Amino acid sequence: MYIRKNIAISETGFIFNPLTGDSFSVNETGLFVLRKLKAEENEETILKAFQEEFELDRNTAEIDLNDFLSMLKSYQLTAYEEA
Amino acid sequence: MKRRKITVGVTGLNNIDSPGPGIPVIRALKESREFDVRIIGLSYETLEPGIYMQELVDKVYQLPLPTAGTTVLKERLQYIHEAEKPDVIIPNFDAELHNFIKISQWMQEELNMATFLPSHDAFEERQKAELNKFGEKYGVRVPASHMISQVQELKKLEEEIDYPMVIKGRYYDAYIVSSLEQASSYFYKIVAKWGYPVIVQEFVNGTEVNVTALGNGKGTCIGAVPMRKLYITDKGKAWSGISLEDDKLMEISRNIIEKSQWRGGCELEFIKTRKEEYYLIEMNPRFPAWVYLANGCGQNHAEALVKMALGEEVKPFTQYRSGKMFIRYSYDMIVDISEFEKISTAGEK
Repeated sequence: MYIRKNIAISETGFIFNPLTGDSFSVNETGLFVLRKLKAEENEETILKAFQEEFELDRNTAEIDLNDFLSMLKSYQLTAYEEA
Repeated sequence: MKRRKITVGVTGLNNIDSPGPGIPVIRALKESREFDVRIIGLSYETLEPGIYMQELVDKVYQLPLPTAGTTVLKERLQYIHEAEKPDVIIPNFDAELHNFIKISQWMQEELNMATFLPSHDAFEERQKAELNKFGEKYGVRVPASHMISQVQELKKLEEEIDYPMVIKGRYYDAYIVSSLEQASSYFYKIVAKWGYPVIVQEFVNGTEVNVTALGNGKGTCIGAVPMRKLYITDKGKAWSGISLEDDKLMEISRNIIEKSQWRGGCELEFIKTRKEEYYLIEMNPRFPAWVYLANGCGQNHAEALVKMALGEEVKPFTQYRSGKMFIRYSYDMIVDISEFEKISTAGEK
């Protein structure tokens, strides 16, 4: 999964999708994950970094990350690599 | 660069809750880098706000209503020509375009007043009632549409189109209906306001996205900017919107302008479905009221239209900025009764 190429992410966590015109605000945690996705890191690497950065157990980190990724998907902010 | 002085007549000064494109067109022209524009406002009603916007409109003349026909329109234009010698006229109402297209050659030859309008055929083929044929001819998805003149026909259409369906007037107004009773009620409402026929259209579920575009009439799309409405009034008008970056939508739009050899400004209204399919629901034959956004995105469509009307070659715009928003607002002007008196009694001010 990666962030669609035209999505703009600001330093303050403001996200603009120029394809749909939608805009969103994320908190520090969301911004951390988004930057990792933008850098095209894979989900396992992101999960580990997420766990370390916010001092979470693996189970909690996995649930929260998956929740967030589902939300990104539902807002058409992400795409999958073509097989 | 020294700007060339020209005089441009513009209609659509009704900057109200269902605004005409006149004031946005004028603002774009006033910001032209090539022209120093004197604006002649052309109005139909005495309370069109543009009549009183002295910083934008230099002089105003009332025009006869389109239903009066071309003979009285010609007389009025002759009068305006003698007083102001406008170089270009930009009509901005759907309902007046038929008359202007009809007399555009006369205007050019007799009054040296240029226009930049679609041909009669191009104007007719994109009429709402002809949308099915239009879609087929230019290879664009359109919702199934039927033109009806009797309320009984709604019952028959229930077999072909599921509810909800959309009931539309010939020029303006559209209502989404969920039952025969609702459909009949809006049928009469639209007939009373806009006359026959009434258009019944399949409802396509999705997000509305619109494009303001300009064609040179020779198969080239000079400019196009897509927008999504962010705030919609109860009349369905955009009160704020944002420019998009959507390559597929741009390709479809350019294709329509080029293949139909559209000449002049227009607005393409689409519904984008969840599957990212685009359905053309309307093609309006003039600039939309939000055309000033194109200027804000780096494409001055009004200026380009004036240049083409004057016979100059215009190269297509190659880029625009996405993420630019327009936010409309209302503003109370204080006007002395004497201003209203002038336009009401003399038909000019």
